[in-house]
Amino acid sequence: MTLDKAKVGERVSVTRITGNGPLKRRIMDMGITRGTEIFVRKYAPFGDPMELNLRGYELSLRKADAAMIEIS
Amino acid sequence: MNIKIALAGNPNSGKTTLFNSLTGSAQYVGNWPGVTVEKKDGRLKGHRDVTVQDLPGIYSLSPYTQEEVVARGYLVNDRPDVILNIVDSTNIERNLYLTTQLIELGIPVVICLNMMDIIKKNGDRIDIEALGKKLGCLVLEISALKGDGCMAAAEAAIDTVKKNTNGNLEMPHVFNGSVEHALAHIEESIADKVEPGLIRWYAIKVFERDQKVIESLKLDQPLMDHLNEHIRDCEKEMDDEAESIITDQRYKYITKVVEQAVRKKPLKDGLSLSDRIDRLVTSKYLALPIFAGIMFLVYYISVTSLGTITTDFINDILFGKWIQPGAASLLAAAGASKPVISLAVDGILGGIAAPLSFIPQMAILFLLLSFLEDCGYMARVAFIMDRAFRRLGLSGKSFIPLLISSGCGVPGIMATRTIENEKNRRMTMITTTMIPCGAKLPVIALIGGVIMGGAWWMAPAMYFMGIAAVVISCLILKKFKMFEMDDTPFVMELPNYHLPLAKSLGIHVWDRVKGFLKKAGTVIFVCCAVMWMLANFGFGAGGFGLVPTNESLLAVIGGFIAPLFAPLGFGNYQSVAASISGFAAKEGIVSTMGVLAGAGGMKTFFAGSAAAMAFLVFNLLDSPCLAAVSTLAREMNSRKWTIFALAYQNIFAYMVALLVYQFGGLLSGTLDFGAGTVAAIAVLVLMIYLIGRKDRKESEIGGLGYELDN
Repeated sequence: MTLDKAKVGERVSVTRITGNGPLKRRIMDMGITRGTEIFVRKYAPFGDPMELNLRGYELSLRKADAAMIEIS
Repeated sequence: MNIKIALAGNPNSGKTTLFNSLTGSAQYVGNWPGVTVEKKDGRLKGHRDVTVQDLPGIYSLSPYTQEEVVARGYLVNDRPDVILNIVDSTNIERNLYLTTQLIELGIPVVICLNMMDIIKKNGDRIDIEALGKKLGCLVLEISALKGDGCMAAAEAAIDTVKKNTNGNLEMPHVFNGSVEHALAHIEESIADKVEPGLIRWYAIKVFERDQKVIESLKLDQPLMDHLNEHIRDCEKEMDDEAESIITDQRYKYITKVVEQAVRKKPLKDGLSLSDRIDRLVTSKYLALPIFAGIMFLVYYISVTSLGTITTDFINDILFGKWIQPGAASLLAAAGASKPVISLAVDGILGGIAAPLSFIPQMAILFLLLSFLEDCGYMARVAFIMDRAFRRLGLSGKSFIPLLISSGCGVPGIMATRTIENEKNRRMTMITTTMIPCGAKLPVIALIGGVIMGGAWWMAPAMYFMGIAAVVISCLILKKFKMFEMDDTPFVMELPNYHLPLAKSLGIHVWDRVKGFLKKAGTVIFVCCAVMWMLANFGFGAGGFGLVPTNESLLAVIGGFIAPLFAPLGFGNYQSVAASISGFAAKEGIVSTMGVLAGAGGMKTFFAGSAAAMAFLVFNLLDSPCLAAVSTLAREMNSRKWTIFALAYQNIFAYMVALLVYQFGGLLSGTLDFGAGTVAAIAVLVLMIYLIGRKDRKESEIGGLGYELDN
């Protein structure tokens, strides 16, 4: 399953990040790596982007980009 | 000895506050050469030979964003003596990720743990000594907001340089054996190409296949192939890509370090104060009303109430009753001739009164908006609005400049600095002045009221038109090669809310007002004088001299250019002259039209309401006033781009006005089908094509193609 399908309030763990290049690098730079625990805080009022809590801070990520993150 | 301290850290880590307290007002603000990234440096307070270079807030030293490239360029090439790394202790893991990269540069790093007061208040603990040992650096506590420990940190940094003590501390072992093996091979191969302190950093970059580094090192193909073999061995062993391996291992290392040095108390019901506030501010149903409410308050205070009071005071009393009459009598007493008095009092003083009168309004607006930005609210606004901007190739961050431009384009253009992606930044700068600013309201009122008979819907309609113009322009521009961009994702931190320091706010506001004042004192001053002369001098009955405006040079120039605007319905010198005077300040359009209106009134300038609309549309969409244009030029930091921006704005305005006049005239029966209509249809077809054509990226690469930036 990918992160963009996760529901609000779910706590998930990252298994893999697909893709390559600047997009993947930026996602990893922000702390989303294999094994990272992510808490899905909410979705924005218009449905996109998502707000995630990880490593002690709040991150805003578009669903299309979150689709690159496989979780369990 | 001259010591250079570099200030590095994540965005929102308090770096700017630290920089301000270290340098006070001894700062220089500009742009890094060739890019739109702001450059700030200054002298350390109380030290004659120590400079502090503020680097852009960055999360990493990757080659993919302008900020990162600029920062690493400085660190690698300019070789500062020491790095002050400011770390937000409340999200220490992500902050230390950058630290591990800074350490590899062979420059001593002094870590400043900021926001320790919040850590202590929560009951968390950080073992500073353990942290320092594990990272091989000196670690100090500071509170940038309170000003605690800031100078001490700078002094410690200077000490580190003078005593050369960093060599004693051990470098952390971040990577595993497999990676180190590959790195050893790479280090060996590049040892003769780089200075010893940087071998490590370069080796890691080569391992990551960092294109910029590989190019700068000029590694030939056979060597790269050889090194690639080692890298691929490691990739196979770790079952991952080189770049990800490095990033992954850094975070694994940091997680270990943090586990040992940091003790966190779990939050009550898992929510911090910021989370609690956000439950309302970004909630599904309350977010927009709250936003609308806040914006209404901002504009009410800065424009409608306080703002108007101060503007009117400056215009009517300060200038109208004191300065202008005062100057007039002074000059008269000194024996100045009438034209000179008029030039000084009406032309120059009268001309600069308008922009100057805006300053209090702008200052208040800047203050309120800076407050919203510094406290963290604007990030929430970008978060909420992002979805609407995706289609335009922009992100939610572009919303704020557009919003600010409805007050004044000058701070609006400056607000684009928060947009990371340079092409997005440029695109937003070009389109942001299409939103009607405060100075354009009198023009809307004039056309709507006097000429079109008081249509109440004019103002809202023009705002919608502005928004439509922005949308259309973005759709058109993003398909041009120059705006093509790699898809840097909209990945944005929502920082904790905090009350900004009054001092920081003050510096923010003064920085912007100062820029505007400088413009007013120089360019606008000259422009007003020139405008006045053009409008009052000409070849009249008695040769060259003072003439009524309708015989002036301005009228002549206007008349010369006027035929160009015939297809738009206002091919007469009065309309053109008015538009030209809008160049200095948009409200000038109204005053010039007033001056030039003959017996028949201003209605005679336009062949019908379609022409009046076309005139209005043209003046709303064309390039903004001089103050905004010079701000644009400064922020673009590139002559090519500035010229492109101005050309686009004016050509676009012309085309839209053409459509308005030709089709409007046809529909309202004042125009017949003719050459003009054909031209308008051609323009319409062109625009539809430009909007609708396939994205170059989509057609070439197919689907989502992520390319390396270059």
